Amino acid sequence: MEWDWHYTGDILPDLLDGLRVTVTATLLGYVIAVLLGLVWTLLRRTPSAVVNQTVRWVTEFVRSTPLLVQLFFLYYVLPTWGITLGPLTAGVIGLGLHYSTYTAEVYRGGIDDVPRGQWEAAVALNLPRSRTWLDVILPQAIRRVVPTLGNYLIAMFKDSPLLLGINVAELLNTAYTTGTHTLRFLEPITLVGVLFVLVSVVSSVLVRRLERRSHATD
Amino acid sequence: MPPTEKKALPAGQAPGLKFEKVVKRFGANAVLRELDFAVAPGERVTLIGPSGSGKTTILRLLMTLERPDGGLIWIGDDTLWHRERGGKRVPANQKHLHEMRKQVGMVFQQFNLFPNMSVLRNLTEAPVRVLGLSRDEAVERATSLLDLVGLADKADAHPTRLSGGQQQRVAIARALAMQPKVLLLDEVTSALDPELVVGVQDLLRDIARESDLTLLCVTHEMRFARDISDRVLMFDQGQIVEQGPPDQIFNEPTEQRTRDFLQAVLAT
Repeated sequence: MEWDWHYTGDILPDLLDGLRVTVTATLLGYVIAVLLGLVWTLLRRTPSAVVNQTVRWVTEFVRSTPLLVQLFFLYYVLPTWGITLGPLTAGVIGLGLHYSTYTAEVYRGGIDDVPRGQWEAAVALNLPRSRTWLDVILPQAIRRVVPTLGNYLIAMFKDSPLLLGINVAELLNTAYTTGTHTLRFLEPITLVGVLFVLVSVVSSVLVRRLERRSHATD
Repeated sequence: MPPTEKKALPAGQAPGLKFEKVVKRFGANAVLRELDFAVAPGERVTLIGPSGSGKTTILRLLMTLERPDGGLIWIGDDTLWHRERGGKRVPANQKHLHEMRKQVGMVFQQFNLFPNMSVLRNLTEAPVRVLGLSRDEAVERATSLLDLVGLADKADAHPTRLSGGQQQRVAIARALAMQPKVLLLDEVTSALDPELVVGVQDLLRDIARESDLTLLCVTHEMRFARDISDRVLMFDQGQIVEQGPPDQIFNEPTEQRTRDFLQAVLAT
């Protein structure tokens, strides 16, 4: 089978539309993952054993089950309880929830890495707990974990084709649909690979740059 | 010290301190065993003794960084770790600790400046957030304190760009910005390069002389102990072995353990 450049040109606009959906889902999911992960981490540190143990088991459960199963649950099972989500919404929530359990671990590591002396200085200055977190601990912890969080953005991007399973019109889904219509898979599926590589490489470069910057200001 | 700089120092009656049968254990290891001692208002006291003798623990209990396992710690007329309720003494809540801590400041061995803030912000953060000063008032106070410690030109610098000696000066200014009545100095020159030690010690000596602070100091620098204190307490194994004015402790110690300790320290 020979590569058909003409056909490639025809399907590229559709694939780029698919890529746009993929990127949108990834970025929205990432916002959820980054915020919710921080919420998990802080809840894990509350003195209430009920709260922190519940959070511990929920995040452990989410982390230990496959993303695709969670997506199916959100999209196919929730409607039986009257909660109907559109494919993209379910996909974004699924990605965000799943990855929030990873970012929570990242934040935890970052917080643990803040020297004990910082907490003690905050006590010595009589700063309230909330101020200590907001002004002293979190800024230092988050700066430490920015590169790691960036890597999860790329990992999440590469997991996004799973959204095909719940009919999100993302890149792979578009390519697959195109292929079934024309019975030519070589070009669309190859293009998917190429587009993923392009976006991943560009993002990696950006993350590296971020990493260097956070080291430079240490 | 010029009068404008002296104004930056906390003023007013300082409280005394009292430890009453204070016990502190770390696991099975009792660091303090029913320790009794008192510090008069405005008195400057240095704790000396071998490592692990409980000196730093005393400061950390006063700063509420450690919780005592028994006994009472008084700051002025009030107990630090207990409060009165219905005529009974009950464990302190956060509010009580917060009120009590307002009187106490601490300078650490490792400085513990906030690396995510400028020097100025290190000094204004707590006065604004805790004491409710306006931004302008806090900056004014911070500026005169930076003047006092000789770092007026470093207000906008990042703490990690400063030398150890400069960082410790900022930390001293930061503690003073809260206008404590009791200042705790925990081996404040131990982490400094030798050539920077004297500058920081001289600064603290001047501050001690010019202010009404009650001062409690842990140090291995005997010259500094002699310079700064009215009274020296020699500690060993959580107990006071010997105490007295610096001249007496350093020149004519009566206890063998004190003599051994001084000999070991002065030999290094």
